[in-house]
Amino acid sequence: MAVSRKTFLVNNASWMLVVALILLWELICVSLNVPRYLFPAPTAVWEAGVARWEIISKHAFQTFFTTMVGFGLAVAFGLLTGMAVGTSPLVYRALYPLMIGFNSIPKVAFVPVLVVWFGIGTTPAILTAFSISFFPVMVNVATGLATLEPELEDVLRSMGASKLDILRKVGLPRSMPYFFASLKVAITLAFVGSVISETVASNLGIGYLMMAASSSMDMPLVFAGLIVIGLMGVVMYELFAYLEKRLTGWANRGSDI
Amino acid sequence: MAFVDFEHVSLAYDEGGPLAIEDISFSVQENEFVAVVGPSGCGKSTLMKLVSGLTEPTEGYVYLGGRQVAGPQKCIGMAFQASNLLPWRTTLDNLMLPLEIVQPYRSQFRRRKQEFIEQARALLARVGLAGAENKYPWELSGGMQQRASICRALIHKPRLLMLDEPFGALDAFTREELWCMLQDLWQEDPFTVILVTHDLREAVFLADTVYVLSKGPGQIVAQKQIDEARPRSLEFTYSKPFADNVQELREHIGRIRAVQ
Repeated sequence: MAVSRKTFLVNNASWMLVVALILLWELICVSLNVPRYLFPAPTAVWEAGVARWEIISKHAFQTFFTTMVGFGLAVAFGLLTGMAVGTSPLVYRALYPLMIGFNSIPKVAFVPVLVVWFGIGTTPAILTAFSISFFPVMVNVATGLATLEPELEDVLRSMGASKLDILRKVGLPRSMPYFFASLKVAITLAFVGSVISETVASNLGIGYLMMAASSSMDMPLVFAGLIVIGLMGVVMYELFAYLEKRLTGWANRGSDI
Repeated sequence: MAFVDFEHVSLAYDEGGPLAIEDISFSVQENEFVAVVGPSGCGKSTLMKLVSGLTEPTEGYVYLGGRQVAGPQKCIGMAFQASNLLPWRTTLDNLMLPLEIVQPYRSQFRRRKQEFIEQARALLARVGLAGAENKYPWELSGGMQQRASICRALIHKPRLLMLDEPFGALDAFTREELWCMLQDLWQEDPFTVILVTHDLREAVFLADTVYVLSKGPGQIVAQKQIDEARPRSLEFTYSKPFADNVQELREHIGRIRAVQ
């Protein structure tokens, strides 16, 4: 029976840990009598969430929208530049240092510039989400293409395959596991990007909601916003993890992990 | 003219750098089975790249089918020590890959797909892989992967098959099985073979002609005809002539190694 208990634990560990942490959180808040405006108990957060779900969902939808648009752009451009960087040593040499430089800029420092250019609100949020999640997609696609076994390339070239053939038949399918791995990282980063931008320069979105709530010491609402962001991140992550498993199961040899 | 012809071929990978092979001249007749043996690092794989047009010689000329090799060739099948099967394709789909790329199959692929699939199935069955068509490469044993890899190299009916230590990673029993499989395929529907190996027994068992390459830079130091009746069975590997041939080749290799 020990074995089945172990598999039960492995399968259910994630939500059991969440429940345990919430219980611990509640316990600390109640037993130490922590004031609401400092650190609200889960029950208080839940109350705030339920009471103001209309406001929260309006802002959450905005954040979700900007995140997905920015993420979509990041995937499209990441794939294209990743393909260019991964297949051409020239582009690799030329572009890579520049990309590293751009990626090293803290995105929050760039938001004010975006505001000057595009005004506050949706556009800077989309662009921040894009710029923060673009890099992992590009790097992973490029890595997947660049690590193609030379022998495999020889086999194809000896058949008279063109560069495009090699890319289509081998390069791209082979880099798909790298690509999907990057999507899981990129989607969570995209949420970070849009929330950062909303915090600095927006009057819509979860980031703005949390800023506004914390300036009026409405901590339960701040925490409700945090949890909504976290939930959206987890849901999107799971979606891509599912897609990864369906589409590139061969990379894991059909196993579950 | 011979099917494959090397005329005083030298190659340096870097301009002005050390030569990988030096002044190599030899020829391979149509449907001849040639083995190239030598210590590791003797430029055996370089020969393959030259024939297939993946690399150009620094000096000399390489001819294939009477024409000078310039750029990748179409009538060549290749297999390596690693099977290089695509893990996202089933065995059958892996076999179809050359047909999706090599002309004239490529332009007929849609129209004749069913026919091609039947051909691939027949070839797989021929090498004892019936039932493995829809399995993925990781579900096959090393020997089965290598069988599939050789099938993939042959499916588009190339006139020249190039093998770079194809059995190097297999256990002794599987290796001998695959020797026989390769010999049968070759005898049934002859094609020219250049086999690069460092297994002398393998070379003697399979080849009509064995070339011994020295190393750094690679030069041909010996040529040995193996005039034994075909098909050769595994009993042949325990016979006196077989042992003599292997020993003679071994002495050449020993001399090369002693020089270094």
